[in-house]
Amino acid sequence: MLEYVEKIRETAIKLFKDGKVDVFIGYQKGSIPMMNQPVLINSADQAGLLYWDRNCGLNLCNYLTRRTDRIGIVANGCNSRNIVTHITENQIRRDQLYIVGIPCKGMIDHRAVQRAVKQQEILAVEEHSETFTVKGKDFEETFNIKDYLRSNCLVCTHRNPVIFDEIIAQPVEEQSGVDAYKDVRQIEGMDSENKWNFFTRIIDKCIRCYACRDACPLCYCPTCFVDESKPQWVGKSIDPVDTMTFHILRAYHCAGRCTDCGACERVCPMGIPVRQFTKKLNKDAQEFFSWEAGLSLDQRPLLDVFRPDDYNDFIR
Amino acid sequence: MTKKIYTKKEWMKTLAGLKSSYNIFVPVSDGDFHIFKAMDDKENPDFNFKNTRLSPKSVIYPQSERLFEFTLDENAPDANIIKQAEKDYFPQAIVGIRPCDAHAFQIVRPNFDNPEYQDPWWIQRYESTTFVGLGCNNPDSTCFCTSVGGGPFSEKGLDALLYDLGDTFLVKALTDKGEKFLKLAQGGKKPDKTALKASEELAASASDKIKNKVSTDKLKHKVQTELFEAPFWDEVAFACINCGTCTYLCPTCWCFDMQDEVFKKQGDRIRNWDSCMFPLFTLHGSGHNPRARKVQRVRQRFMHKLKYYVDKYDNGVQCSGCGRCIKNCPVNIDIRKVCELMNS
Repeated sequence: MLEYVEKIRETAIKLFKDGKVDVFIGYQKGSIPMMNQPVLINSADQAGLLYWDRNCGLNLCNYLTRRTDRIGIVANGCNSRNIVTHITENQIRRDQLYIVGIPCKGMIDHRAVQRAVKQQEILAVEEHSETFTVKGKDFEETFNIKDYLRSNCLVCTHRNPVIFDEIIAQPVEEQSGVDAYKDVRQIEGMDSENKWNFFTRIIDKCIRCYACRDACPLCYCPTCFVDESKPQWVGKSIDPVDTMTFHILRAYHCAGRCTDCGACERVCPMGIPVRQFTKKLNKDAQEFFSWEAGLSLDQRPLLDVFRPDDYNDFIR
Repeated sequence: MTKKIYTKKEWMKTLAGLKSSYNIFVPVSDGDFHIFKAMDDKENPDFNFKNTRLSPKSVIYPQSERLFEFTLDENAPDANIIKQAEKDYFPQAIVGIRPCDAHAFQIVRPNFDNPEYQDPWWIQRYESTTFVGLGCNNPDSTCFCTSVGGGPFSEKGLDALLYDLGDTFLVKALTDKGEKFLKLAQGGKKPDKTALKASEELAASASDKIKNKVSTDKLKHKVQTELFEAPFWDEVAFACINCGTCTYLCPTCWCFDMQDEVFKKQGDRIRNWDSCMFPLFTLHGSGHNPRARKVQRVRQRFMHKLKYYVDKYDNGVQCSGCGRCIKNCPVNIDIRKVCELMNS
């Protein structure tokens, strides 16, 4: 997606020159391979910092929360859905934003690439349209991007932004026929003991750094429940019960709101497949309520609507 | 000082034989990365690693440790009396610790062991530990130990040092503790001249492989308040999500929080790692938070490592150049860049 870089820079320059934004939020190229850094620029002359490639796998919506200025921001499919969620949840106003839409072709799974080169140190990555070349001290290998997409990108059906003020390229074709919940069905098929063991096993490396929470644009509570001290809801040690409490509660706070952007998994320093917690809730939202988060500004969030004619008995 | 040479196979056997004398912690492959684990029948050491994802600081300073216990049972004679939890300080050895991580314990030491305060848990655990290092033949591009007083074969904080010579390990004792370890270690031969020369060449060439040069020379002379008010902090902090990755992976971050946990009538006073990135870290009982904003917390982390520590202990910076925070920061905040900004 390197072809977007110049376009993003031009757009940012124009926005500053036309006085449409006070700041612009995007990515800049990182200091190590397969890593870019969210950046905020204040003027057109900083536009050269802006960058976009297949390693923009965080969620920039995180940086919008309760800002008061006029912001230009790049947004691919999932990020744009989080912006919608942010607007409907009153974390930012639509009229503060100038959304530069990015038709996304998917992000690279940096862990899979590391595995493919047997954990040797990667010193440089060159991205081409369908392939990328990885270089290290004594090796150079070229891979097909489609074989190394992140697992959430593989099952994404909203690659194009759902909301934007301008879009920097023709929309890309949406993926169809993906089976987004194969892994969830496998877990659903387990008995409760095996389910418990499964989730216990995936978090056994958790160090409670909260990177998953902090990378998530949904986690904007002024004080997270794990940081409450009066009363204290959850223990601070690495006791597995407390760790599990954190993960399950975090996931439930995301019910009906998660866009499966994958930022939580991208950032985990211990490589925990954190999405396994939220995916089941996404599946339930879809199956029980035909709901996918962040598709339209006209819909209230799933869990804050009440309809007198709701077909469920329990709610009446 | 004793020097011995082992074939790699023999070394593994020797380590297994040392288990009655030491609790041995070794690097173990755990999926996509390595971590230090206690060597037992299930865990095989794997010395073919760059560095472990988590530093071995938890071997001396566990992430969660019960320090005291108490009972709330009013019928018990010692009701509500807090007592030190019993500890086992059986000798332990960290085998395969990288020189940067061994150096890190020396950086941390003045915090836990100084004329004013002595932390009995840290000190006893530290003193019961033998540090058997493994020199770095191929440092990573994010390593900068040579800029902060260390080196890929630095002997700082080590009791013995291993040289990976391909099919063999040459091990050199550096202290009395190291001598004792090698005395207890079965087998091995006296290394010949070729092996000794190879080990020296290895050490000499490894330093040149570290291309990073991070300047720290001016930090000491900077005015604290000026650095504190420096114009770059907003820019440095923008991307930060205030997670604990950097602090928890760091071998020199030492901050902790004390918590009382009660189950029924049994109470424990636990020491847990804490992180200056978390808002709760500085929250006062009054509700006031002197570091309520992200930029204040990010600034604190770098000021502590690169200025307050420098001023307080006159022992260099509070960083051993291991590069873990660079590799693992979710948003690519790079301490090398921040250090250059602060030092310029």
